[in-house]
Amino acid sequence: MENRILKDENDRVDGFLKVTGGAKYFAEYELPGLTYGVLVTSTITKGKITSLDTKAAEKAPGVIAVLSHLNKPSAPAYEQEGGSQMKIFYTDKIFYNGQPIAIVVANTFERATYAASLVKTSYAKEDFNTNLDKAIKDPKAKKLQGQPDYKRGVENAYKTAEIKIEQQYILPIETHNPMELHGIIADWRPANKVTVYAKTQGVKATQGTIANVFKIPIENIQVNSEFVGGGFGMGLKTWPLEIATVMASKHVGKPVKLVITRMQMFTMVGNRPTAIQKVGLGATKDGKLTGITHTAFGESATYENFTEGVVNMAKFMYQCDNVNTSYTIVPVDLGVPIWMRGPGEATGAFALESAIDEMAHELDMDPLDFRIKNDPEMDQQKNKPFSSKNIKEAYKLGAAKIGWSERKNKPGSLVEGPWQTGYGVSVGVFNANRGKASVKGTLKADGTLLLQSATSDIGPGTGTGMGLIASKLLNIPTNKITFELGDSSLPPAPSQGGSATLSTIGSAVNDVCLALKSTIAELAANSNMDATSNFVDVLKKNKLPSVEITKESQSGKERDNYSMYSFSIHFVQVKVHKLTGVVKVSKIVSVGDSGKIVSPKTARSQMVGGAVGGIGMALTEEAILDHRYGRYINNNFADYHVPVNADVPEIDVIFIDKPDFLVNPMGAKGMGEIALIGFSAAVANAVFNATGKRIRTLPITPDKILA
Amino acid sequence: MHSSDNKKNSGDSRRDFLKKSSLITAVALTPSVAMKAAESQADEKFAELFEKIPLNITVNNKAYKASIEPRVTLLDYLREELHLTGTKKGCDHGQCGACTVHVDGARINSCLSLAVMNEGKKITTIEGLAKGEELHPMQQAFIKHDGFQCGYCTSGQIMSAVACVREGHTNSRAEISEYMSGNICRCGAYPNIVDAIVEVKEGGMNV
Repeated sequence: MENRILKDENDRVDGFLKVTGGAKYFAEYELPGLTYGVLVTSTITKGKITSLDTKAAEKAPGVIAVLSHLNKPSAPAYEQEGGSQMKIFYTDKIFYNGQPIAIVVANTFERATYAASLVKTSYAKEDFNTNLDKAIKDPKAKKLQGQPDYKRGVENAYKTAEIKIEQQYILPIETHNPMELHGIIADWRPANKVTVYAKTQGVKATQGTIANVFKIPIENIQVNSEFVGGGFGMGLKTWPLEIATVMASKHVGKPVKLVITRMQMFTMVGNRPTAIQKVGLGATKDGKLTGITHTAFGESATYENFTEGVVNMAKFMYQCDNVNTSYTIVPVDLGVPIWMRGPGEATGAFALESAIDEMAHELDMDPLDFRIKNDPEMDQQKNKPFSSKNIKEAYKLGAAKIGWSERKNKPGSLVEGPWQTGYGVSVGVFNANRGKASVKGTLKADGTLLLQSATSDIGPGTGTGMGLIASKLLNIPTNKITFELGDSSLPPAPSQGGSATLSTIGSAVNDVCLALKSTIAELAANSNMDATSNFVDVLKKNKLPSVEITKESQSGKERDNYSMYSFSIHFVQVKVHKLTGVVKVSKIVSVGDSGKIVSPKTARSQMVGGAVGGIGMALTEEAILDHRYGRYINNNFADYHVPVNADVPEIDVIFIDKPDFLVNPMGAKGMGEIALIGFSAAVANAVFNATGKRIRTLPITPDKILA
Repeated sequence: MHSSDNKKNSGDSRRDFLKKSSLITAVALTPSVAMKAAESQADEKFAELFEKIPLNITVNNKAYKASIEPRVTLLDYLREELHLTGTKKGCDHGQCGACTVHVDGARINSCLSLAVMNEGKKITTIEGLAKGEELHPMQQAFIKHDGFQCGYCTSGQIMSAVACVREGHTNSRAEISEYMSGNICRCGAYPNIVDAIVEVKEGGMNV
């Protein structure tokens, strides 16, 4: 990533390229002889293809090939049993509506699009179900344990508590829909060498998947993904459509570019699945939690299983001796889900944090006081101390900033004309993960530092954060530091996900910088220079153009002895219109307790972005299926409402900013997920405080308020 | 490449086109001929003669003459033909604003405009905003206020923001938000985008 014109060391290193249109995303690479792929998709939900007539498409102007299960291009792994049943072009089975069944390759995008419309398909249809609720109630429908059941103390203790609540919470399908459409450019060359330009959160993962499917050596595959136009989790998987494009390039002997449509973004690249959850809480009259039961059902697919951490938070977030959870996945006839920002933890937090608010109301307690009263001193699930947790301080700072003292505990108390005002709070929590990564550092005699690692940047500002870490350690200005990523030939790093990039790759940057520092010190000593000499002078004196070191870094034993989490507290003020039921989020304060903040500007933006995503989850986003046909009815940006500028108020972000050196040498914990986790519950709780209406099914649309 | 001959778009040439296009149908009905035609790129030659029409367009102060199919959108023309990929495709349905460009000074969604509809018009894309290394004030303000994360909607946001200032729809944060709501940012940089626009507006710079 080129680094230029930095006025402020906290500015994004790729800012210049992004504001000038110079940043190249996958679809923007010019390759000689580039051809265009367009997918043909199933129009039924379940069954078999009985005929696929491609003659007209093949004859259409500019068409080079039409590939399907009829002329399946070689992909050795798909000839074997096992793994996902979704072996594209190796099956005539239809698992969901909108499944890719053929790819048309032509010399222009328009010609490929037209030719794809000429493919005629017949099917043998089978009965299907796309409705989670129906599947749960059907004793014959398949159900699988998504996570081992958890029990601490007495099961379902809430039922015998002095005060109890028991409620059901429903989340609909939410779609990632990053602004950049998904796709890939694949360029298969003789001797089984392949280069792809991908939209991926993990170049090494994409490389590995291609190697596995085509059974070619990993070093034959080059994956490039320097700029990624958002991911939110959907780039954590190499999808069948990507494999189809690689197959197509192999078949036609030319580079093939596929960019899917916005409608296809709803069906082919996963979603946050529908979840139906029950939470039971029990407490003493004076507000001590005595029982938590969290059970969840989540959608999965028929051809592949999908699980996430829906019930994790209930196990440790509050002091409670009796906790039990269960999580069941239920296959339905839809495309397989994929983790979406905050993943299952965000789904679970909506239920748990709504229930906590309900219990506080039942007890006639301020929900903040109730949380503080039940704040645990240690992690009761792991039976370990938290590496750091400043949540009480976070409650205090956020409450002061939003003006929590204005809030009345009795719902519907603040009315001004047609607008009812309410305040809500909720907590988010996510593992402070750290994985294993390698970084190569090259200090050059021209005064610059080059850092390289096969990590990604889907938007949070990976290169910016890494530059700031290195800058402080080596005392080099950030505009002399270049961080290269998104290239599978660089030292290996895991995919960008689970809020772990800064922790994982940042630690390797830390280690490599320290190693470079001591190498320079050694060189200085050997050449009779002062130990604190500038590295440029040391290199010059030693007649070295550069020194380079590669370091692999991972956690030590601390991880076995402590419970490590990042926390967030979201405070929301809403205004609800009495007559129209419209909800406006009017104030937001998000407090991040995520260790030391390494890159203040990008970190703040990430918290802001999480809150915006949370507004969508809470108020507008729902991918609606017509269960009669198994098809989405709002699969576009006009009908599926993501928040727009006018939906978003000014957002205050507060960081506790205290280092946690048990997590990593920077003392920084991840924060991509906590920015969103819990936010939707804060909105729902604020709506209740404003109106007295408890909405337990997201999104909170006006019809539900007025019902 | 064709000269700017408007006769091509006249009624005469349309009738001409219909006559000749029946020839294409005849060719298409004969597989072996079609195969040969494809091999010799005859369909390209047919298309050049019958399907494409001339276009004269100015993009970022540079005049282009082209011969293109009428179904090519301005967005795809910019990205795939001129390789001006700063303008982004986010939905192809005029619902997200990622493809926003200026046509004769007005902001439009380039995915909703066919390239040939822009005959004789002046287009400005994100690549035409900076003067070399000297950024436009809006570009500088976006960097300063971190008005983006992934950067994919950014070109459209900036083109829209510049137009928003020129239109005079910047009298309050609320007004800016309203007039910037045709540009979706999934990373959620909206408050930062508004901060950037407020700064440019208050700076009174010539945009």
